[in-house]
This record gives sequence, structure tokens and C-alpha cells, in this order.
Amino acid sequence: MTITKKIAQIILLHPDDNILVCVAHIYAGDLVDIDGQNIKVNQDIDVGHKIARRALREGDKIYRYGAPIGSMTQSVAIGEHVHMHNMQSDYIPSHTRTRQNKDRSES
Amino acid sequence: MNSPISFNGYQRQDGRKGIRNVIVVAYLVECAHHVSRKIVSLANNMDVHLIGFPGCYPNQYAYEMMRAVCVHPNVGGALLISLGCESMNRDKLLTEIRASGRPAELLVIQETGGTKATIDAGVTAVARIKAEADKTPRAPMALNELIVGTICGGSDGTSGISANPAVGRCFDFLVAANATCIFEETGELIGCETIMADRAITPELGEEIEACVAKAEHYYRVMGFGSFAPGNADGGLTTLEEKSMGAYSKSGSSPISGLIKPGDIPPAGGLYLLDVVPDGEPRFGFPNISDNAEIIELIACGSHVILFTTGRGSVVGSAISPVIKVCANPETYRRLSEDMDVNAGRILEGEATLDEVGSEILQNVIDVASGNRSVSEELGHQEFILTYKSFEPIGPGCLPVRQIA
Repeated sequence: MTITKKIAQIILLHPDDNILVCVAHIYAGDLVDIDGQNIKVNQDIDVGHKIARRALREGDKIYRYGAPIGSMTQSVAIGEHVHMHNMQSDYIPSHTRTRQNKDRSES
Repeated sequence: MNSPISFNGYQRQDGRKGIRNVIVVAYLVECAHHVSRKIVSLANNMDVHLIGFPGCYPNQYAYEMMRAVCVHPNVGGALLISLGCESMNRDKLLTEIRASGRPAELLVIQETGGTKATIDAGVTAVARIKAEADKTPRAPMALNELIVGTICGGSDGTSGISANPAVGRCFDFLVAANATCIFEETGELIGCETIMADRAITPELGEEIEACVAKAEHYYRVMGFGSFAPGNADGGLTTLEEKSMGAYSKSGSSPISGLIKPGDIPPAGGLYLLDVVPDGEPRFGFPNISDNAEIIELIACGSHVILFTTGRGSVVGSAISPVIKVCANPETYRRLSEDMDVNAGRILEGEATLDEVGSEILQNVIDVASGNRSVSEELGHQEFILTYKSFEPIGPGCLPVRQIA
């Protein structure tokens, strides 16, 4: 396959945001440009997923579109995947196919 | 645009105009579903649609929804199929459809002689109703007579960046042309209530909007789940408020003219929010058991066309009003291109701007309103679902436009 055009892999949606959104698949080991720094991403990131724009601490509010969309439950380094394993809603908890009850896993 | 946009509509006797001339075959209880489906299948016509309500117990909402969809401007006639013992007020429904000027017939399976006899009678009835509906006069229809609803389904982390704001651009154009646009699902607007209330045309309407989102949050908490599916998480969305912010951008940037409930027809052009979450103490289960239920509620509010944005890749359409599919995610588009009308993923790959995709969506609306089939319509998608709900009428602050007029 010939890459004819370099597509940006991440975009910043709002200057106040502390996450970036992946718009073209990132492969583990890819270097991405975060505010002028070359940051190595340590895992695959799918389109639509978020990575940290800076180091984030547990309890930090996450901003996307300049608006708060939840809080960190763990600290992460710049460039790390930000998702359900380290972030949660400030309103109603999200469920998945395997986590359908906030207290225990179900199949 | 230089010349006013217009297309050839169907003139209904109540003054409204439709963009399709669909015959609906409606089962009035699940027990009449099989017979109704057979009739539709034997009619073998893209414009004969199966709709229905499965419940045997009475429900005012379900009755009003059935009435609203049977007299929808895209509907030219109706065949009602009753088992015979269910609670739906079939005689009142038949009378109201006929009073709207449409041909309508009722078959009661217990009185017609059972399954085979009712199927035979139904096929003949559909042909008769269709012949009558085919005589509906045509009339030029302008954008300001069009109602367009929007919904998102199978959202992912791209929906709020590409497809949803592109629909927002299309809505801005439509509202500027005095068309009517409806967005919905207050359970997916949790977190946006304050910024949304600021767009209301009166402070009273703003208060109503904030109250209806608070109602949605309470309802979903009682249900134990937010309006958030596992596929949303697969696609990168982490929280309900993140999904909400993305969904909200479908509304564009026009002022919000009113807050309506299922079955309410917006009184004038403008942007309206549809409150789909039931009133009173939560009962009967989830407010919207699937996207299809919300689509039917948008249609019950008069929507002629539905703009459906998807990131993960929904394939659904709907009975009665065509659904235009706008795909947010370029990877999904490549996998499911035969199910999509518009590839908004091009925005993410730097191949199109939001304005360009917004214009393309608008052109799709005009084409579909002019009679072209949308992709899901051509594929024969005619999903329909109606369940138990309970609503109070909207409050006096919800429709400031009506008070001014």
C-alpha cells in the first residue's frame, strides 16, 4: 500500500481540552506530535478514542469540546489512552457487555 | 441558493403535505402481527409498510402515537388488523383516520374467519386502499413545509466531530429557510442542559428544557443504566456526558423555538427539542428501548425525513418516513458503505469540510423529499416499534411561538 497523503492521527477539538481524539489509527510505537513534543504512544489507539494531552492526575476533570466529560480515576502520563479503565462519568456510570452492574461483573 | 427549493408533494386534506404515499398495515395487538405481516408481504410493494402495537392493555400514549402515524402526511391510507379482544380503541382510530380524508379499513380476525380469511381479505383491502390513495392530488412543496428529525445511533468518538456537527450545519440552513427541525433524546443531552437552555427563545422555555433533562437523568438513574451502549465504549466514548456533547452538536446553532413531546406537531418553522422521556414516576421500563422507538416518535411529530448519524454503523431505516444515513467514522464507512448515504468521515481525513458535508446532507434531504429513495429505504428497511409510555401534556412555557401567534 502506498501512502499518498499524511493524515493527522490526532486532533485537538478545543484549546481548553486536556485530551486529543484519534482520527486515524495509531499503532503502538508511533510518534505523535502533542503541542510540539514528539510523544511515543505505547499501544494501538483506535479511531474515536482519546489520549492524554498532558499528564493527568486521579480526580482531574477531563475536557473535550471545552466541556467537562468526566473525571480521572487513575493518573496517566502524556500520550496514554484515556478510557473506561482510568476515567468515569460525573453523572451516570457507563456499562459495557461485561460490566452491567456497578458492583460486579456479569457475563 | 438563487431559486426557492421546491418539490412535488402529496396534498392531504388537513393542509399538510407529504413526500411519500405510504399505505400502512397496522396490527393492534401482537396477536394480529403474523396476519398483518403476511398481508404486507403478499402486497409486495415498497410503499406498503407494517406498523403496530403489541400490547393488549390500554395506553393513551400508544393510541395517540398510532393515530399520529396513521394520519402522518407521508401516509395515504391505512388497514387496521385487530384480533378482536385487545384494548386498542379500533373504532375510534378508524373513525379518526377516515376523518383525516384517508381511505381506511378495519379487519377483525375473530369476525373475518381466522388467519387465512383475514390475510385474503387484507390483501384485497390493501389494493383497494392503494387505488384510492393513488388519487391523492400532488402539490408543490417548499422547504418551509418540511419537517426534518435527527437522531444518532451507534455513536462513537468520531460522531461528535464529523457527522453530528455536519447535520448541525444542515439544520442551520434548514431553520434559516424556515423549515422545521427536531432533535431529541434528552437522556443523551445530560450534561448539556445549561448551554442548551441559553439557546431557548424565552427564559421560561429555558427552564422547561433544564427541567426535562433533570427528569431524564432521574429516569435513567432509576432504570440503572444511562443511554449508553457497549458499542459506544468500543468506539472510544467513555461517559454519557461525552456522548451527550457529541449528540448535542446535531442541533446546530439556531435558537431553540420549543420543547415538544411525542405526537406534538411543531406549530411553525424553527428548531425544536423532542422530550422522549415519560412523565411521572418511572414505569414501563426504558424511555427508548432502541433507536427505532425514537425515530417513530420523531415521525409522530410530523418528520418527513430522518437524518441518522452513526459512528459504529447502524443499518436501520423506518416505516413511514425515509431515513438518511450519515456515517461519522471513515473506517466504518469503508466497511458499510452500501448502507450509508453520506460519508462524513471525509472530514476526519481532511477531504471535506463540515460546511461541504452539511451541504451534501441538505442535498440528500432535497433529493429524498423529491422522491429519490434513501439507501436504507431502497434496501427495504421499515423498522417500527411502539411500546408503553406515559406523558403529561406540554406546559405553557414550552411553545412560545404558539403564544405569539
